[in-house]
Parts: sequence; C-alpha cells; structure tokens
Amino acid sequence: MLVLSVTAVIFLIVAGLLLYALLRYRIRPNDSGREPPQIYGSNQIELAWTVIPILIVVMLFLTTTRVILGTEHIPKPSGALDVTVIGHQFWWEYRYPKYGVVTANELHVPISDPANPTPTYLEMSSADTDHSFWVPRLAGKMDVIPNRINTMWIDPEQPGLYLGQCAQYCGVQHAKMLLRVYAESPADFAKWIEQQKKPANQDFTGNPAAAEGQTVFMHNACINCHTVRGTVATGRFGPDLTHLASRDTIASGAVPNTPENLRKWIDNPNSMKPGALMPPMHLNQHDLDLITAYLITLH
Amino acid sequence: MSPSTPVLEAIDETLAVKRPAFEVIYDWVTTVDHKKIGIMYIVYALIFMLVGGLEAILMRIQLAVPNNHFVSPQVFNQLFTMHGTTMVFFFGMPILFGFGNYLVPLMIGARDMAFPRLNAFSFWVSAFAGLLLYFSYIGGSGLYAAGSAPDVGWFAYAPLTAKVFSPGHSTDYWTLAVLLSGIGSIGTALNIVTTIVCMRCKGMKMTRMPLLPWIYLVMSSMVFIAVSPLTAAQIMLLLDRYIGSHFFDTQAGGSAVLWMHYFWIFGHPEVYILVLPAFAFMNEIIPVFSRKAIFGYPAMVAATVAIGFISLGVWAHHMFAVGLGPVGNTLFVFSTMVISVPTGIKIFNWLATIWGGKVIFALPMMFSIGFLFQFLIAGLTGIMLSAAPFDWQLTGSYFVVAHFHYVLVGAILFATFAAFYYWYPKATGRMLNTTLGKWHFWLFLIGFHLTFDFMHIPGLLGMPRRIYTYEASRGWGTWNLIVGIGAIFQAVAVCIFAYNLIRSYFRGEPAGHDPWDAWTLEWATPSPPPTYNFAHDPTVNSRRPLWDLKHPEDPDSDYE
Repeated sequence: MLVLSVTAVIFLIVAGLLLYALLRYRIRPNDSGREPPQIYGSNQIELAWTVIPILIVVMLFLTTTRVILGTEHIPKPSGALDVTVIGHQFWWEYRYPKYGVVTANELHVPISDPANPTPTYLEMSSADTDHSFWVPRLAGKMDVIPNRINTMWIDPEQPGLYLGQCAQYCGVQHAKMLLRVYAESPADFAKWIEQQKKPANQDFTGNPAAAEGQTVFMHNACINCHTVRGTVATGRFGPDLTHLASRDTIASGAVPNTPENLRKWIDNPNSMKPGALMPPMHLNQHDLDLITAYLITLH
Repeated sequence: MSPSTPVLEAIDETLAVKRPAFEVIYDWVTTVDHKKIGIMYIVYALIFMLVGGLEAILMRIQLAVPNNHFVSPQVFNQLFTMHGTTMVFFFGMPILFGFGNYLVPLMIGARDMAFPRLNAFSFWVSAFAGLLLYFSYIGGSGLYAAGSAPDVGWFAYAPLTAKVFSPGHSTDYWTLAVLLSGIGSIGTALNIVTTIVCMRCKGMKMTRMPLLPWIYLVMSSMVFIAVSPLTAAQIMLLLDRYIGSHFFDTQAGGSAVLWMHYFWIFGHPEVYILVLPAFAFMNEIIPVFSRKAIFGYPAMVAATVAIGFISLGVWAHHMFAVGLGPVGNTLFVFSTMVISVPTGIKIFNWLATIWGGKVIFALPMMFSIGFLFQFLIAGLTGIMLSAAPFDWQLTGSYFVVAHFHYVLVGAILFATFAAFYYWYPKATGRMLNTTLGKWHFWLFLIGFHLTFDFMHIPGLLGMPRRIYTYEASRGWGTWNLIVGIGAIFQAVAVCIFAYNLIRSYFRGEPAGHDPWDAWTLEWATPSPPPTYNFAHDPTVNSRRPLWDLKHPEDPDSDYE
C-alpha cells in the first residue's frame, strides 16, 4: 500500500508538471519566429532530482525488506500442518505425511485462529516441468520446480473455498491446471481427514455394477497410473482415486464431478481437456458404465 | 529561423535514371551501404511486426469471451510463443539496429560503418533466423506431420524444452533461430561500437557527440554482455537435446533454475537494450520540437551509462517466485529500485527541455508526448513490481503482461513511430502524410489504452498469463473483451501507418534536406543522402553543428 501511494503521488506530480509544461510552452499562432532562450542544464536542479529519488528508493527498499524478512523468516508454530505439494502436467498431488493421506487438486486445510495459529506449511516440488502454486487470496505465488524443494505457508482465517491455478507455463493444458483450497473449521477438517485416512470403499452390497466395475478397473491399464488404497491399483502417474467421489471436481478442477462427466472423461479425456496426459482407454460402452458405477462409490 | 543551410551539400542523386528491376534487386542484395542495410533491417522488422501483430489479434479473439473455441490449446500456445519471440528478436532488435545502422554514421559524420561487410553479414544472418523460426510451421514435426511451431513460451523454461516434453523439431527451430539472431546482433553491436569509437568526424569529441550515438554505444556494449549467455544457453540446450548432456535435464540431475538465470541475465538487459534506443529517439526529437537544446547533456550520458551497468544486475527480479531466499530477493529488489533513479533523471531532463521552449505539435512530437506519459506509468508499475512481496502476488499474471507491454508498446513502439515520422523524410526525401499520421496516432493511442490499461485489471483479479481459456465465473470476461476491442483499434492504426509508408514513398510532399529545422549532422546532407553521405568531411565545434551554422551570432560552442 505504501508502494502504491508513493508511486501514485510521483505520477500525479510528474504528469501534472509535464502537462503544464506542454500547455504553457506550446507554440502560439502569433509566434515571433525567434528561438527560445537556450538553457543547457543546471547542476543544482539536476542534483535535486537525483537525490530525492534516491531517498525515496531507500525508503521503499527498507520497507520492502521488512516485509520480505517478515514473510520468509518466521518461526513455525507447533500447531502447523505439513502438506507436500507435487506439481504434475496438468494436476496437483497433495500428501499429508502425518496422516498418510494422498489426494489431488483439492487441498483441505484447517482455518487458523490468531490466538492459536494452525498455518499450513507447503513443501513443494514437481514431477515434470515447472509449475507455480498460486491462490491469489491466500498468498503470493511460489514456483514448483523439479529437482528443487520450495516451501511456503498459508494461513486462512475465514472458512471457504479459495480458487487458484498454476501460474507458470507448463505445457499444453497449463490453462486447466486449476486448484481449489477448502479452508474448514478444525472440526470439519478433522472429519475430512478421518474419512480420507480410510482405505477405499469395498462394500458393494446391493450394487453389483460397482462390484463388476471394480473387476474391470483392476484388470485394465488404469492400475498402472492410479492408486486405490487397499487394492492392487498402486500406480503413481495419475491422481490417487481412493476417495475420488469425495471431490467436487475432476480433471484438476476443470469440470464438476458428476457421473456423466466422469464417464465422458474415462471415455476420452481429450474431449474435455485436449492435451491431458491420460490416454483414451478405448473401453466399450458397457465397461464404461461399470467403471463409472465403481468410481462413484469411492467416497 | 533560417530554413536553408546550404553547407555540406552534395549532388542530389534522387534524379538518377530508372534502372531495370533486376539490377535494383541485385544492388540491394549485395549492398554494404549502411543506409541500405538499415532500411532493409527496418522493412524486415516491419514485416515481422505485422506477423507478430496478427498473432496477437488471434490470441485476443480467443480470449475475448470465456470458454472460447476459436483456436485449440496447442495453437494458442504456439501463438504466444511465436508472438513473443517474433516481437523481441525479429521486430524489436532489428528495427532498432536498423535505425542505428542508418543514423549513427550520419550523425557522427562518417561515410559508412567500420565493417560494411560484417554489417551485411549480420543483417542476412538475422533475416535468415527469422525465416528459420517461421519455417517451423512447415518443418517443425520433421517427417511425422506438418505444422508444428514451437510452443514452449518465449522464455522456454527448462525442462519443458527437453526432448521428453518437446518431441519433434519445433523447439530446435526456436533454439537455432534465437542462436542465429544472437550472432547477427553481436555482429551489428560490434560494428556500431567500433564505428562510434573510431569514425567520428573532425572535432567530434565524445563530449560533443549527439546523444543518439552515445546511447547506441552503451546499448551495443550491453548486447555483448547480455546476448552471449543466451547464445551459450542455446548451445547447451541443443547439447541436452541431441547428445545427452544434462545441463537443464532435471530428470538426470540438471537444473531448471540454471536456465532461468541464463535466460534472464540476457532477458532483463534486453529490455534496456530495447528501451535505450527509444530514449535515443526522444533525445533527438524532443529538443527539436521544443526548439531548445537538451537539458543536462552530461547527466543524460551519465544516466545512460548507469542504466547500462545497473541493468546487468537486476535479472533475478523475474525470479522472485523461484524461492531464491531472502538475501537474494532483497538484493535484486534493491538493484531494481535503484535503476529507477537514472531513468527518472531522464524523464526530468526531458521535462526541463520542454520547459521554457516553444513546443510544436508535429507528428514526431505527438508520439513523443505519448511516450513520455506512458513510459512514466510503465516505470511506476515497474517500481510496484520491484517490491518482491507485491511481485509474489502479481508475477506471471496479466498485471505483468500489461506492465511490460506498457514499456514495449507504450514507450518503445511509440518512440519508434515518432522516429519514423521524424527520419522518414531523410531516408526517402518525402514527408509522411500528416492526415493519415494523425489517424494513426489517435487510433493507436485509443487502442493502446483500451488494451493495456484494462489488461492490468484481470491481473489484479488473479488471471495468470498464457492460459488459452478461462471460466466465465472468474469475472475476467468483460475486461478481456475490452482488451480485445483495443487490439482491433491498434490493428487498424497499424494498417493506416503501413499504407502511409508506402503511399508517401511515391506521392509524399518533397521534404528537402532539413524539414524540421534540426541541428544534427544528418540534416546537413540531401534527402535521401548519397552513398558517400557527405561530399566533404564535416567538422564540428559543438553538440549541435547546424545550430552553430544557423545562429553564428550565438553558437553552442560558446557554452560547452
């Protein structure tokens, strides 16, 4: 804010002077034709407009430094939550090491009470190209770079959904590498994490389609890339699907998580997100129905 | 005023007999005359400006409404890569080198550049590089399929450029084009430095040299330091892609951050390499149309040199979000803020030059006034971005895109247009049409402000750059629509300008050798100048030799 007001004041002064000079000294129709007095410079004036900007710069620099140190050098409170963020071409992986939970694209964090802060510390790296984690209303951005671990923290105090997206060009579908942060009350967050800690749903009573769908899923290439905890599916290229149905969106926030969208996605991801790295599986209509029926049970 | 300065005249060659077309073309292709090479640089740059502009228009159509399907994501990514690369390497650099080539020898009273053959070589290498880049549309996928331009972004961050993420040859075309353009730039820079150091006319000490050659001296020296790391990095990238080295290959322990350093130690001085010539044009145009000597010549030179040095130490402000740590970040915040001081001195000195003068609102001056206001705003948003915490929020967003287009279009392009209106009469012997020029100015001004003023807003609302579409619910649609409408205005204005350039060449008013009653040496020879520039080697006694001739009762040499 200080920076903003200083630059605004400078702008008003300089632009005002410039406008005044242009109008005051414009050539008049009844001009004498003589050249105006030639002035080659003035040491005093030039010294003044060198020193004053230097002083302004030093002031801005000192205030900026204070903010930088305040952001980057701060002791980590004991109540902090640790999350590992891994950027992938074109989705986000989140791991909660303390809870053994892995999820994708939708980050859940507890809100923080100033008296007893529970900020979330993010440890970030990339599996492929550069990405950048940006949720404008929570924090500035931090690049997510392969072979490098960056850290940042967020500290939301208001519950709600905060939207963000990848802010470093990372390939074809950079535009649809969206991310969502759900800030919840500590109780809601605890409930969510308890649910996520459980292995995948195996109870298909009264739902034979889902049971059959699980068989189709486990016998296809799906398991090479996706994990469903508690089953043979342990791939790590794609998002963890253990609690897929608990998420609001699929395709990294691109579309709502409805059975129709899910089915369309499995049939051909490129129809919804051209350039997505999941290949079309060439399943027949029957198998598509079964797999969709299975996936929507993964609460 | 004394409109006629019958000194240093030479034979007027414009009345020469008509020659067959083949002979004329042969003459242009084989020429080593700095003026012809300069004009070829400029024409070639203008063609690429139209191509790059067309790419911009296509992108703005795609983004004008949310969820648009005008182009596919792949095509969009190719468009912004080609737009950035074209505008920086194949419009910005060549047009400024073109003006430098044309003007520097004339302004220092020399007969040609120091190395005329190197000059022709540099031009043709750069021209070939531009064609190579666009040949990727045909050859980019090798034998697999046609039509694959590079889509890695104009700063081509590693490891997206690695073979795994960019198969095919499109990235190779990008690398080779940038590499070759760098070789051309270094050649021309070498030439300009040597010419200025060794070939000034009698009496022209460094302290009497007009500011334009001074600035080209600093700018060309910066090219050596800035372009070399880029060229080296391109070679390393080629090695990574073809013989399995691992400089930037993160899968095998290479460093993505290393590429960023290489690129931005080129990339930020490059901004100043582009903006310094714009300052140079202002330094010549503002005094002539204010009818006063430039205010504070020594300070202007010192500020230029200071900008040259400091600009070599600001690159990591492009990397505040990389996680360099507080020490690195603060250092680059400081250097970035400090560079605003010499830049500020320049703005104040232009203001003081106007102050107390008699301002003539001719077209070159109108564009210069546009430059002054827009550059002021661009500089101030630059100071805002230099504060790292502010930058963490806005880097990579449309706010940054708006900021640097304010510099590149609002300042550099406006200054270049001013230079066209100012020196076109010298190069062709004919004035540009004023009515068309005013249409160009006003339409472009309106379009510029519609586009780039409003582009700041989606940036503040969280819109990242380089996305091919967005959801309506984000509330960015209206702003992008306004931005797109502004782009149409600019496109129309540029078409008028192009038409004016062609039309005036055949039907413009004859200009005479000194239409603006100016003071530097290029106005002391016919328009267009003969091959040998000056019939007699000029001798100068001050920074404004023609002022001395026109005002023998009150020459500058009494005051310097």
